[in-house]
Amino acid sequence: MVKEIERYGIPIVHMATITTISQSVGANRIVPTVAIPYPTGNPNLPLEDEYKLRYSLVERAVNALATAVDEPTQFEG
Amino acid sequence: MAKKVLFYLNQFFGGIGGEDKADFEPEFRAELVGPAEAIAKNFGDDLEAVGVIICGDNFFGQKEDEARAFIAQVIDEQQPDIFVAGPAFNAGRYGFACAGACQVANEAGVTCVSGMYEENPGLEHCQSFAWVAQTANAAAQMRKALPLMANLVKKLAAGEEVTPDDDKYFAQGRRECILVEERGSVRAVNMLLARLNDEEFTTELPMPSFDVVEPAAPILDLSKATIALATSGGIVPNGNPDRLQSASAQQWNKYDISSYDQLKGDFYTVHGGFDPVYCNETADRVLPLDALRDMEKAGKIGKVYDFFYATTGTGTAVANARKFGEEIGKELKEAGVDGVLLTST
Repeated sequence: MVKEIERYGIPIVHMATITTISQSVGANRIVPTVAIPYPTGNPNLPLEDEYKLRYSLVERAVNALATAVDEPTQFEG
Repeated sequence: MAKKVLFYLNQFFGGIGGEDKADFEPEFRAELVGPAEAIAKNFGDDLEAVGVIICGDNFFGQKEDEARAFIAQVIDEQQPDIFVAGPAFNAGRYGFACAGACQVANEAGVTCVSGMYEENPGLEHCQSFAWVAQTANAAAQMRKALPLMANLVKKLAAGEEVTPDDDKYFAQGRRECILVEERGSVRAVNMLLARLNDEEFTTELPMPSFDVVEPAAPILDLSKATIALATSGGIVPNGNPDRLQSASAQQWNKYDISSYDQLKGDFYTVHGGFDPVYCNETADRVLPLDALRDMEKAGKIGKVYDFFYATTGTGTAVANARKFGEEIGKELKEAGVDGVLLTST
């Protein structure tokens, strides 16, 4: 899905936990996430800290959309 | 004694009729027709065509158990050594039927040959055990497909070695033990030396190839950009009004979130491939609307697109995922969306 959407020339970030799959199928902008059942969350954290974590992941992803890449690239924290 | 070959064709290639005959109940005929007849023309004395099963594509799709039982019965009666289905080119239903028929034959210990286009969805269901010749996507190329299938039938019947490269079939993904002159360490070093010297070399373990999509140009001004959310995590409104499948998705859905600041409370997941407890407490843990909305309010992005897109990514066929992506991408493009965040579980 990521690739087909990007084929239209729209930049897209794949936010995924198993980044090896994401990388091997050819997603170009990848933000590694927390865990399979909660990619953008962490129920083990207090709510406020969890939200901060989520915000930082989303911010990183949005910034990745504004970053030029020429090959599959992981945006680590 | 000659080896026996049994054929399988759909209603169209079996000469019964077109779409209006797609419900055609399977029949066995001793007299060959169409592609079966054309392939059998290449046979020598060591091969004997015993007949053809003709079955409507819709019949196979809708009454698969009956169709399979019929095929199993004919195989039991005719005792073929080789089963030849198709070619199906890129016809989806026919490809599925050929794959299903081959499965029945394979279970009975019969060698299977077919012919398909690389994107035929039936291919993945029989590629691992059948010898599936690589055909074009349309029956206009029948002339090229038939000799490939005939060649496979003849070589397999004679116990001759075949390879995907020489015999133009889809690699089965099996590794076989073979004896070669040089041991692995010598071959590896030779390969490395060839590579270092910019000489030709052939890998012994080819990696699956994926087509590459050029990275899209970055967004120049995030503060004016419309960002859309999408997910393969099965996020839907509580109650799943559109009945999104929990696995092997056949569809995608989109939902208006223009009046929501977060998904918590109103959305949940129907994804059958992960523990939904955490997501169902707060769906933003899978699709982070709350954080993206706050970025919008802070002026860091222009706008959160009014709809999010969702499907279920577990057990979903690659061909379906591709189609969903094409359809969703088209909508996003037409809506002037500048960038997308897609989460996967």
